[in-house]
Amino acid sequence: MPSLRQRNSPIGIAVQQNGRKEMSNWIEACAANDIDEEDVIRFDHDGRTFAIYRSPDDEYFATDGLCTHEHVHLADGLVMDEIIECPKHNGRFDYKTGEAKGAPVCVNLRTYPVKVEAGKVFIGIE
Amino acid sequence: MLRIRFLSVKCREEAVMNAIPTIRDYSLIGRDAQAAVANGLTAAEWYHTDVPRKQMKDLMKRSDGPAIRDTIIWLGCMALFAGLGIALWGNWWSVPFFLAYGVLYGSAADSRWHECGHGTAFKTRWMNDAVYQIASFMMMRNPVTWRWSHARHHTDTIIVGRDPEIAVMRPPDLLRLVLNFFGLLDAWHAVGDMLRNACGNVSAEEKTFIPKQEQHRVVRIARIWVAIYAATIALAVAMGSILPLMLIGLPRLYGAWHHVLTGLLQHGGLADNVTDHRLNSRTVYMNPVSRFIYWNMNYHVEHHMFPMVPYHALPKLHEAIKHDLPAPNPSIFHGYREMIPAFIRQLRNEDYFLKRELPPTAKPYREEFHSDAIAQAAE
Ligand code: FES
Repeated sequence: MPSLRQRNSPIGIAVQQNGRKEMSNWIEACAANDIDEEDVIRFDHDGRTFAIYRSPDDEYFATDGLCTHEHVHLADGLVMDEIIECPKHNGRFDYKTGEAKGAPVCVNLRTYPVKVEAGKVFIGIE
Repeated sequence: MLRIRFLSVKCREEAVMNAIPTIRDYSLIGRDAQAAVANGLTAAEWYHTDVPRKQMKDLMKRSDGPAIRDTIIWLGCMALFAGLGIALWGNWWSVPFFLAYGVLYGSAADSRWHECGHGTAFKTRWMNDAVYQIASFMMMRNPVTWRWSHARHHTDTIIVGRDPEIAVMRPPDLLRLVLNFFGLLDAWHAVGDMLRNACGNVSAEEKTFIPKQEQHRVVRIARIWVAIYAATIALAVAMGSILPLMLIGLPRLYGAWHHVLTGLLQHGGLADNVTDHRLNSRTVYMNPVSRFIYWNMNYHVEHHMFPMVPYHALPKLHEAIKHDLPAPNPSIFHGYREMIPAFIRQLRNEDYFLKRELPPTAKPYREEFHSDAIAQAAE
């Protein structure tokens, strides 16, 4: 099972996303090397749960931690290229965009901005 | 029932036999469906054996190789047996070839439908989808309806009123079971459902597990299938021969026996309304031919606990977690020897079930269910 991390170090700053300015709290989630390549871990913060991914080309992404089909943690699933497959019914999402890729998942996943600084992974939570 | 769970095994068996049985309502929109929601049995947290993430990732790893090999063997043998059956048509020597063809059509397609429905058989998505469509057609299971019903079966496995795929309801309908070895009732219902769906009718029960945006696909596929069957029947009439139907449609009947034989073992006679697959599912060691036809679904506890693991990795998963599971049945015969008497007892008392003993190395699911020391202390 992936390790479950809880950290509380919010830094309120503005981030540029899709050409728009949004206020995000950058939350330190884990060390960059806590996640294997092409893998995912669970990160819980402030009563919410997130999934943080490291892609095969060494980029980091974050989505809501629970599948949109049922209450299941995606961090127990399988990362294949840009896909996260849910461990319960094998529903698939593109974790880079959050797009649901077909039955039994029909609702997209919410994604969050991610940055890596000094070997730490931060996710932007509004 | 709660009180019964605190008695010793012997007392519990007597109490179960003497208690007034609980009549089960298997309708997905009935009394037990509401009770399951009220009792927190739906979409519950199910027991999972701990497997280190690294090991689980290895087990979940996808590849195309094993399924491509098995699909070539499967469809290649079907083509060969069909060819020989056609060549010998009118001669008794065609019978064994049709029997073999039938098993590959009416039984092996069941496990291909299942694995490809999960999307785990192949690594490549379109290969899963293509085999899923072919196998769904052979099994007369609408690929949209059954994808959703199977998702529910995994969410609420053998939860009365929630699981649409309970093969043996209590009290067991033994006549129905026997008829289904020849696919009779299943195919009868499947044809009825196909015609109803083709008329644009999605039932109230189907609507409980198929989302609205998917329902039009149920209808479209049913219409395509009706057209295929109509063309096959027209060809049979034109040829004045049943031969086209021996190849398409009828093998769902005369080849069904193996998937029923193995499928009944999955959950038959075991507990219902529990949230631990070790108690409601059965792993059975089988001969290699049956395992090929069944695509390793004999490792059924393992499959339910970790549906992400492809069929070809289930023997490895079994080795990794068997310390935490009940002892598997050593053969199909052994499985039936415990299951049939349980069905017969359920005719008299539908609360009766086979209680799975967990090995000393296993983590308990619920103490009151497993620990006789505690059960006796509670008496
Ligand atoms: S819970 Fe994720 S696909 Fe069903």
